[in-house]
Amino acid sequence: MTERRLSWLLALALIATLMIGAMIGPYALTPSQIVAVLGGDRSDPQAVTVLWNIRLPRVLAAAVVGAALAAAGAAYQTVFRNPLVSPDILGVSAGAGFGAVLGILLGLPVMAIQILGFVTGLTTVAIVLGLTLALRGTGQVLVMVLCGIAIGALAGAGISLVKLLADPDQQLPAITFWLMGSLAGIKRPDIGAALPALLIGLAPLIALRWRIGLLAMGDDEARAMGIDATRLRLLVIACATLMTAAAVSMAGVIGWIGLMVPHMARLLTGPRFDRLLPASILIGAGFMVLVDTSARSIATIEVPLGILTAVLGAPIFVFLLARGAKSWSE
Amino acid sequence: MERMTPLLSASDLAIGHGGKALFQGIDLRLEPGRVLCLLGPNGAGKTTLFRTLLGLIPPISGRIMLGDDPLSRLSRVQIATRLAHVPQSLTTPFAFTALDIVLMGAAALLGPFSRPGPVEHQQAMIALSRLGIADLAQTEITRLSGGQRQLVLIARALAQEAGVLIMDEPTASLDFANRVQVANAIRQLAVAGTAIILSSHDPDQAAALADDALLLNRSGVIASGSAQEILTAENLSRLYGIPVRRERSTDGRLHFS
Repeated sequence: MTERRLSWLLALALIATLMIGAMIGPYALTPSQIVAVLGGDRSDPQAVTVLWNIRLPRVLAAAVVGAALAAAGAAYQTVFRNPLVSPDILGVSAGAGFGAVLGILLGLPVMAIQILGFVTGLTTVAIVLGLTLALRGTGQVLVMVLCGIAIGALAGAGISLVKLLADPDQQLPAITFWLMGSLAGIKRPDIGAALPALLIGLAPLIALRWRIGLLAMGDDEARAMGIDATRLRLLVIACATLMTAAAVSMAGVIGWIGLMVPHMARLLTGPRFDRLLPASILIGAGFMVLVDTSARSIATIEVPLGILTAVLGAPIFVFLLARGAKSWSE
Repeated sequence: MERMTPLLSASDLAIGHGGKALFQGIDLRLEPGRVLCLLGPNGAGKTTLFRTLLGLIPPISGRIMLGDDPLSRLSRVQIATRLAHVPQSLTTPFAFTALDIVLMGAAALLGPFSRPGPVEHQQAMIALSRLGIADLAQTEITRLSGGQRQLVLIARALAQEAGVLIMDEPTASLDFANRVQVANAIRQLAVAGTAIILSSHDPDQAAALADDALLLNRSGVIASGSAQEILTAENLSRLYGIPVRRERSTDGRLHFS
C-alpha cells in the first residue's frame, strides 16, 4: 500500500471514529443530525447544544490527546532507539501529575491546575536534561533515562505526600481520578489553551521527520551521515515533551497510548519515522476517541481512561508482540 | 614525481579518549583508488583512530586534512560529503528495508526539511546494483545475512557520494562466502576510484586487499607503507607478539600462519 493511500485510509477511519464518538451518549444523535448541525442547521436546538457544547469538545479533546501521546511516543522510541520506551520515560507524566495534584490540594481553579501541571511536567524534564548535561560523559542516553527514573520517582513521592495531606472526602477522589486520566471535565476553551503547545511541539517533528529517523541508527552513524545527532535529539525530546505535558495537563495521566500506538502504526508503515509519525498521529487520535467514547458509555459512571487503555492496551500489546516481535528485535 | 593532494591525510597524529593519548606519531595518506588497511590485534585502537578521522572525537594533537581543508574546520555535513563510514554492523532495533537504509546515505545531500525523492531513490538503487544486491531493496534487514547487511551498509556509504570510505572490520563477523563477496566489492570500488581505509585483524586479508598497510598494536605504530613490503614475518611477529611465518603461494598471494 502506498504511503498516500494509507494516510487517506487512516484519515477516513479517524473521521468515522469522530462520527461514532459524536453520535453516542445519553442524548443520541444520528449521522444526518450531526451533518446537518455541522452544516449550520439550527432547527433542532437540543441537537445543536449537545453537539457544539458537549460532544464535539469531548471527541476533539480525545483526538488531540491521543494524537499528541502517540506522536510523542513514536518520537521517543525512535530517538532512544528502543521500541519499549513511552513518552513519560523522562518523568514528564510524574512531574505534571505532581503539579496537578498540588493544584487540587490548594483548591485552585481547573485552568490553573492544568497550567501548573503543564509547567511542572516541563520543569521535571528540564531538570533531567540539565542533570544529564552536568554528568555528561559516557552513555548519554543511558544517563538521561536513569536521571528520568530518579527524578520521576521523586515526583512520585511528591504525589504520595499530597495524597496523604489531601482531604479524603473531597480532594482525594479528585486527585485519584485525575491520576487515572479523564476527559469528563473538558470544556471548549481547554482545547484552545492546549493547542498552541501541541502545535509548537508537532511542527518541528513533522518538518524534520525524515532526518529524525536517522537517529534510530545511533549517534556515531547519524553524525557520520552529516546529522548533528545530539542537538537533533534534544530538539525532538523537547518537542515530544511539550506535547506530552500539554496532553497530560488536559486529560490527566493516560498510559499505554504512547507505547502501544506507535507499534500498531509500525506494523502498517515500517519503522521509517517520516511514515510512522503521520500514521501514529491518525491512529492515536482515532483510538483515543474510541476509548473515551467507551469510557463514558459502557457504565453509568465514567470509567477512568487510564484503566480502559490498560485493559485494552495490555492484550493488544501482547498480540503485537506475538506478531511483530521479529520485526524489531535483533 | 609530483604527488597529488591526498583525499585524506593525517600527520603526527596522537589519538585517545579524554585527553589521554593512546598512540602518537601516526602518519597516513590516502589517494583515490587506494586501499589502506589498518592491521592489529583487537583492542589496539583501530576504532578510536577511525572515530578520530571521522571527526567524532577530537585528536589529542596533530593534523587531519580532507583534501586541502583541515577536518576541524569542516561541518558535519561537509565531512559527510567527503568521508563515508561503514560501521562493523547494523545496530538499530528496527526492521528497516535495505532501501530505507541506503536512502539514509543521502542525508548530507538533502536540505534539513527534505525527504529523499525519485532522484535519491534512483541513486540508492544504483548503489545497491553496484554491489549486486538490487533484488534485496525491499527486504527487511532483519532477514538479511551478515554479509548482505554489510553490503547494504557499503551501498549506503556509496549513496553518500563521498570519495573516501572508512570501513571498520568489514568482514570480521562474516562466514567464508560472505567474506569473499565483501572483499570483491571492496576491490571493485577501489578500481572505480574510491579511496578506502579499512581495519582488519587478518593479515591474509590485508595482503590480498590493500595497497598500503599500517600496523598498529597497543605499543603504537609498528610499521607503515606498501603492504607487500611491510607485511613481513618479522613485523607481524612484533605486531602480534607471537612467531609468524610468511609464505607466498603459487598464485603470488601472501599467507601468514
